[in-house]
Amino acid sequence: MSKRVGVEVSIAVADAVALARAEVIPAYPITPQTHIVEHLSEIVANGHLDAEFIPVESEHAAMSCACGSSAAGARTFTATSSQGLSLMSEILYHPGPMRLPIVMVVANRALAAPISIWNDHQDIMVQRDIGWIQTFAENGQEAVDLLLHAFRVAEDRRVALPFIVNIDGFTLSHVIEPIIMPDQEEVDRYIPPFKPHYKLDPRKPVSMGPVGIPEVYTEERMAHNEALKASKRVILQGWKEFAEIFGRQYNPVEVYRTEDAETLLVTMGSISETAMTAVDEMRNAGKKVGLVRIRLWRPFPGPEFRKAIGKAKTLAVIDRCLPPGAVCGPVGAELRSLLYRVPGAPKIFSFVAGLGGRDVTVDRFKEIVDKAELYAKKRPVELYEVIGVREK
Amino acid sequence: MIPELEKFVGFSAKNLPKDEPLASGHRACQGCGEVLALRMVMKALGRDVIVCNATGCMEIVTSPFPQTAWNVPWIHIAFENAASVASGVEAARKVLARKGKIPKKHVDILAVGGDGATGDIGLQWISGAMERGHDFLYVCLDNEAYMNTGVQRSGCTPYGAMTTTSPPGSQSFGQVTWKKNVPAIMAAHGIKYVATASPAYYLDLMNKVKKAAMVKGPAYVHIYSPCPTGWGSAGERSIEIARLVVETKVFPLYEVIDGKYIMSRKITKPKPVTEYLKTQRRFRHLKEEQINYIQARVDAEYEKLLKLSEM
Ligand SMILES: Cc1ncc(C[n+]2csc(CCOP(=O)(O)OP(=O)(O)O)c2C)c(N)n1
Ligand code: SF4
Ligand SMILES: [Mg+2]
Repeated sequence: MSKRVGVEVSIAVADAVALARAEVIPAYPITPQTHIVEHLSEIVANGHLDAEFIPVESEHAAMSCACGSSAAGARTFTATSSQGLSLMSEILYHPGPMRLPIVMVVANRALAAPISIWNDHQDIMVQRDIGWIQTFAENGQEAVDLLLHAFRVAEDRRVALPFIVNIDGFTLSHVIEPIIMPDQEEVDRYIPPFKPHYKLDPRKPVSMGPVGIPEVYTEERMAHNEALKASKRVILQGWKEFAEIFGRQYNPVEVYRTEDAETLLVTMGSISETAMTAVDEMRNAGKKVGLVRIRLWRPFPGPEFRKAIGKAKTLAVIDRCLPPGAVCGPVGAELRSLLYRVPGAPKIFSFVAGLGGRDVTVDRFKEIVDKAELYAKKRPVELYEVIGVREK
Repeated sequence: MIPELEKFVGFSAKNLPKDEPLASGHRACQGCGEVLALRMVMKALGRDVIVCNATGCMEIVTSPFPQTAWNVPWIHIAFENAASVASGVEAARKVLARKGKIPKKHVDILAVGGDGATGDIGLQWISGAMERGHDFLYVCLDNEAYMNTGVQRSGCTPYGAMTTTSPPGSQSFGQVTWKKNVPAIMAAHGIKYVATASPAYYLDLMNKVKKAAMVKGPAYVHIYSPCPTGWGSAGERSIEIARLVVETKVFPLYEVIDGKYIMSRKITKPKPVTEYLKTQRRFRHLKEEQINYIQARVDAEYEKLLKLSEM
């Protein structure tokens, strides 16, 4: 029987990895991800999970080990954050085209310099194009559920792609929340054993990771891209099955009070909970404001997003990343491209907020909405604005 | 003696395996001593093996998709991380065998890389894998430079050698540092088996690889690998050069079994290093002063090694 428990989200995430019966877990500590792998090593040490926990010497090695173990046919999980994710960077590009369904949790954190252990989305945004499926969790329950979904989808033979579930560092990873932990029998029904198309096995030798000469490289990269795009069907199916077994429904894009809304906040991750409170207060004050939350970031759910924004006139996009010298924040830029030349498309502004653990309060969201509405009338010089900068 | 090696039966000229886990028809240069060494490694290991290859000449020449020279399972991820990939493969097989998902039968896991992949960029990854004690063997194919990228110096490039990043000039005589002692670094991990080998002594090479595979836990074999393209040597002389390097004491053959150094071949009547140096254009610019230094240092290093083996 599934049961509701009050638990730190990192612990629940680790328990979910055990429920998913991960087999190899190469891991390296980094705040704020550490509780996940600490708890996993404990679960393995206590014999509650039959797995190999590899305490590697770096995150680059963690991802390298993960490639090896996934290629050898084992269900593979790891978790990291920030500097660790950056150190992995070179290897993050391999499991996609090599079709290795590694599942990873990233506890999102700022990037140095200056070094910061606190939350934003810069670590994952600079890894945007690694070719993994990527989702963002809003709360603890969702972190657990999206993780189970990640195993279900990544290893599906129609997909065979790596999968990242993003959870906000500290604001999600370290909070204690009531979470319904599914029971083992349900999870086993949801996630079948891992049966890859190919694996490293002397009984049936294959060569993996060969040289891509110019005659094949484009096709290889394109095949990966097509697979990533096509995975959306299975991602949706995975959520449908999830609802059938566990009773909780997820969609690529969620909406909150968007009916008749003229201005929409667009968010990703746990910040959305504060945004909802802000929307409620603004609605009470008679403002036609709603919220659109992107849960599936890669492959980007274009049609779902277009449907979600309805006839809104203005989008106030929250970017938790400041790409120096760029035209706009990454989420803002994505949505501008998506909606460019779409008849009746809303005006889009990117608000860089919540960097390095800076709180984004209800009042900040109100300020953002006000500014977006103002800029919709009078085009600003820049397409983005950094919110909440201290003057002294 | 370690228990795993008690049942060791060596290869001889009569029982050499005919099978080629690494097929011919790959794209290595003519006379490549590195691919020859790799072929011997694979003959020694047979087909019950999984190969994790670092980026470098051997990876490139054996795998241009859709062709492959590999008759055994093979994976390449990146330059520095073959030992980590091997760690992952080993861990996966352990848990899958325990769960009854694959046969319990032992499969050797080979991580293989060049001197650059091993002694320079990949040192941390190998050290991690050695320290954690994964059951695998690591083979370094040492052609004494980054050949795949066009003959740049590495930590294993010998003193005085000309490479594209250690060119001799009015202010330089080529590589200014002595060759890094990578086998000693590996032995310092306290692993059960470390050895050096040369393809000129092919039975010795194959036996060492076989022992490294039989040992439980990590093992390391460092193989001298002539590269005619990078060294400016004649392709047909690769084996001769691989013998001269041993006869001049420049590259001694030994094992370190459970911490004990054992000379595989004591050189009692060494040839002068000049005989070795003059076979390769990379040493052509060296003056008497440098050659004398090389001779003295080679003698001294060899003495140190002998002392270790007498301990
Ligand atoms: C991270 C990274 N840095 C640099 C390279 C470029 N690179 C590829 S192979 C190679 C040299 C390989 O040298 P070595 O390991 O000695 O093998 P060899 O080609 O000599 O057999 C270099 C520098 C790379 N592929 N990856
Ligand atoms: S460059 Fe040297 S090591 Fe590389 S294939 Fe040619 S001969 Fe062999
Ligand atoms: Mg080399």
